[in-house]
Amino acid sequence: MNLDYNIVIGGKAGQGLQTISDALSKLFLRGGYEVFTSQDYMSRVRGGHNFFMIRISDRPLCAQKPKIDLLIALDQETIDIHWLELEPEAFIFYDGESIHLSREDKRLVSISWDKIATTIGGNTIFANTVAVGACCGLLNFDLGLLAGLLQEAFAKKDPKIIETNLQCAKAGYEVTKNLKSKVTIQAGTTSGKMYINGSEAIGLGAIASGMKFYSGYPMTPSTGILNYLAGKSDEFGLVVEQAEDEIAAINLVAGAAYAGVRAMTATSGGGFCLMTEGVSLIGCIEVPVVLVLAQRPGPSTGLPTRTEQGDLEFALFAGQGEFPRFIFAPRTPEDAFYLTQKAFNLADKYQVLSIIMSDQHLADSGWTLAKFDPEKIKIERYLLAAQTLAGMQEYRRYDLSETGISPRTIPGASRHLVIADSDEHDSRGHITEDLSWREEIVKKRLAKYKYMREEISLPIKYGDSASKTVLIGWGSTYGAMKEAVDMLNAKNKKVVMLHFNELWPLPVEYLGRELSQYDNIVAVENNATAQFMRIITGQTGILPTHKILRFNGQPFYPQLIVDRLEKEVHVYGDR
Amino acid sequence: MVTVKDFIGEESAWCPGCGNFGILIALQKAVVELNLEPQQILFVSGIGQASKLPHYIRGHIFNGLHGRAIPPAIAAKLVNHEIKVIITDGDGGTYGEGGNHFIHAIRRNPDITLIVHNNQIYGLTKGQASPTTDQGVVTKIQAHGVPVPAFNPLAVAIALNASFVARGFVGEPEQLKNLIKQGIQHQGLSLIDVLQPCVSFNKINTYQWYRQRAYKLPDDYNPKDKAKAMEKANEWGDHIPLGLLYLNLRPVYEEQIPVLKNGPLVKQPVDVSKIAQVLEEFC
Repeated sequence: MNLDYNIVIGGKAGQGLQTISDALSKLFLRGGYEVFTSQDYMSRVRGGHNFFMIRISDRPLCAQKPKIDLLIALDQETIDIHWLELEPEAFIFYDGESIHLSREDKRLVSISWDKIATTIGGNTIFANTVAVGACCGLLNFDLGLLAGLLQEAFAKKDPKIIETNLQCAKAGYEVTKNLKSKVTIQAGTTSGKMYINGSEAIGLGAIASGMKFYSGYPMTPSTGILNYLAGKSDEFGLVVEQAEDEIAAINLVAGAAYAGVRAMTATSGGGFCLMTEGVSLIGCIEVPVVLVLAQRPGPSTGLPTRTEQGDLEFALFAGQGEFPRFIFAPRTPEDAFYLTQKAFNLADKYQVLSIIMSDQHLADSGWTLAKFDPEKIKIERYLLAAQTLAGMQEYRRYDLSETGISPRTIPGASRHLVIADSDEHDSRGHITEDLSWREEIVKKRLAKYKYMREEISLPIKYGDSASKTVLIGWGSTYGAMKEAVDMLNAKNKKVVMLHFNELWPLPVEYLGRELSQYDNIVAVENNATAQFMRIITGQTGILPTHKILRFNGQPFYPQLIVDRLEKEVHVYGDR
Repeated sequence: MVTVKDFIGEESAWCPGCGNFGILIALQKAVVELNLEPQQILFVSGIGQASKLPHYIRGHIFNGLHGRAIPPAIAAKLVNHEIKVIITDGDGGTYGEGGNHFIHAIRRNPDITLIVHNNQIYGLTKGQASPTTDQGVVTKIQAHGVPVPAFNPLAVAIALNASFVARGFVGEPEQLKNLIKQGIQHQGLSLIDVLQPCVSFNKINTYQWYRQRAYKLPDDYNPKDKAKAMEKANEWGDHIPLGLLYLNLRPVYEEQIPVLKNGPLVKQPVDVSKIAQVLEEFC
C-alpha cells in the first residue's frame, strides 16, 4: 500500500485548529504512520483564514502537498478557498447548522458538531473532539489511541472531561463511519519515532548542548524557541530572560557568554536589524554566541506569519567591520537538533558567532523523525584548564596565534582578570590606538577563517549523479526539493541536487570543482533574488543558468518545483 | 589587605582637571575600604569618556557598546551572582542611547551598582547637548538653545520604585566615596548619579556652578519617604540636593529566579541526562 493522505483543517484563529491538528498528528504517529504537518496562519489572534495541513503516509515524508483528501472546515471561507484543491474523491466536513452552503456536492458532509458537543458535554468547546472523531470514523481509525492521548492531556483535570471528550469523539465517529472513503488508515503500533517541529528541535538541541542562558524578545516565527525553552527552564536549570528589546537580548547573551555559560538568542528579521551592532560586538570581543535567525518575508514587518529565505545575505554581512562567523541552515528538525550542537561547539572553539538560519516553514512544520540520539551530542568548551591558568605569569586574552584563536578563560576561573572591549584592544584586552598592532589583531581574527572552512561539511548530493542538471538549495527547502528530485527521476528526467546546511564559510574549492561539471545550474530558493546562489557566484564566479524562486510567503511544494523545472529548464539527460 | 595601589590601572586619556578623576578616586577608595579584590569585581561600561574608567582601575572588564552597559551587566550577574558588578557610564549612554535598558533595569532590580557620570554634555563627541543638558543652553548643535527640558533621571528612577537613588558630586569626594560604598553594599540596583564637570565642553556647569548650588541632605532626612524623595529629585537650579534621596528595599532580581537558588549558574553542572526522557514527550 502506498498511503499518501492529506487532511486540511481550516477556520478562523481562535477556533481551535491547532488542537485538532495536534490531536490528529499524534494519533496517526502513534498508530504507526508518518505525519508531516504544516501551518499557514494570518498575523492575528482571532479571525482570518488559517489552516493546518496534515499529510499522512506509510513512508517517510518531508514536505506537504497541495491536493486535499479531507477538508475539515470550521468556517465557510475554508470551503471557498480550498475548493479547487480538493481531490475528486475528497470529503468536506462542516457543520451545516452554522454554515449554510449554496453549492451542492456529494463530497460535502455536514456534521452538527456544535449540537453534538452541547448535547453530550453541555458546551461547544467539545466540538473539536467531535471533528477528530469524525475524521477517525471516515478512515476507520480506532479510537482506542485517542483515549490514551486524552488521558495524558487532561491527567491533572477532572476525569469527567476525558469521558466527555471520548463520548464526543465516538459520536463524531458514528456519523462518518459508513462513508465510502477511498482509503482506510488502520491504527497499528507506534514506530517509536518522534513528531517535532523546528523550533522545538532547536530548543532541544540547545539544551542538549549545555546552553544555560537564553535571552530573546518575542517575534514570530522565532517565538517557539523562547516558549519551548521557558517551559524547560526549571527542569534543566536554564535562565530564560525575556529582554526589553532585541538590542538588550543580544547584549545580554554577549555578557552571559563572557561570564562563562553557553548562551543563545533567537529573533526574526526586524529583531535581527536591532541586533546587528551586537553581532559586531561579538565579533570584536570574540565571545561564543549562537543566534537563531527565524526568517519571515520582509522588507520591514512584511508578512509576519509566513515563510521566506530572504535574510541570508543580511546574516552574512550584518555588523560593521570585518570578522568571521559561521552560518548554518538546518534542513529538518532532526538536522536542527544536531546542527545546534555543532553551532555551539564551533562557536566555542573559534570564539565567534554561529548563526542558525531558520524560517517559519522549518519552525512550525511538524515532522516524523527517528528519535534523536543524545549520545551523539558532545559538549566541547575549549576553555583554558585551571592548571594552565595557575601556571601563567600573565594572562593575555587576545594573544596572537597561528589559528587566530586566543586563550580563553572566564571571570572567577582563576586569579587572572578577563578583559573585553568593543574598542580595538591590545593583547590584554585594553583599549589601544596602536595602529601597527591594529593590523595584527585584525589578521588574527580573520586567520580563523582558514580553519573554520575545514569544519564545514559538504552539501548532500541527491538524485541522479550522472545528470547534467543540478539544483542548488539550502535550509528548509530540503524536503520539497528532495521529493521533487524523486518525482523527476521517477519520470526519467534526470536531475541531481546539492543541498546545503552549512553555508559559511563556503566550501569554495569544492564548489568550483563540482559545479563545473553541469550544463544547467538551477538555484532553488524561497526568496526573490537567489541569495545563496549569489554568494556562490561571488566566491566562485559561477553563475546559475536558471532560477526557481518562490517569494509569496509560502514554502515550495514538490510539485511546484517539478512544474517550474519542466516548464522553464526542460534540459535533462546525462552529462 | 588591598590598597589603592591594587586598583591602579592603565594611564588615563582624560583631560587634565576632568571630573571623571574624582569618580575614579572615590571608586578606588570605596572598593579598598570594602576590602574587595580586583578579581571579585566586574566593571561594565559602554562608550564615552566615563566608559573608559574600567581601564583605569583594576578588575574584570566588559567595555561594551554605547548605551548598552546595562544588559551585559545584568547577564553577568545572572550567570555569576557571586561577582560584584559595577557599571560606570555617562549621561548620554545611560539616559539617552540606553534609556530603555535604564527603565527595565530599575524594574528588575538586579544587585548592580550603576554610577552615572553626569556632566550634562557630550564630551567624547565634543560638546553636543546630552539628555541632562538644561533647557536653553546653547551648544554648537543647539545654536538657539536646547529646546526641551532636561531628563530627570532621579525622578524617573523614584517613579519606577528604584531601590537606591543617590546623587553625588565630585566636589564632595568623601560623600561620593561613601555613597559608592553604600551603593555597592546595597542589595539591588543602586543608581548613583554623579555631577561631574566637563572642563573642555561644558562652560556652564563648572565646579563653581555646582559648588554654589549643591547642598547635602540633612542628617535627619528620611530616604524611605517616597513623596519627599520625589520632591528632592525635582529640586534643581538654585538648590541641588546631594546624598541618598530614596531607599526602597525590595526583592533582588537574581534572588527571584528559582534556578539560581542552586548557586551561580556558571558553577552549576551541565546535566543533559534528562534529555532522553524529554524526547519521549514527542512520541
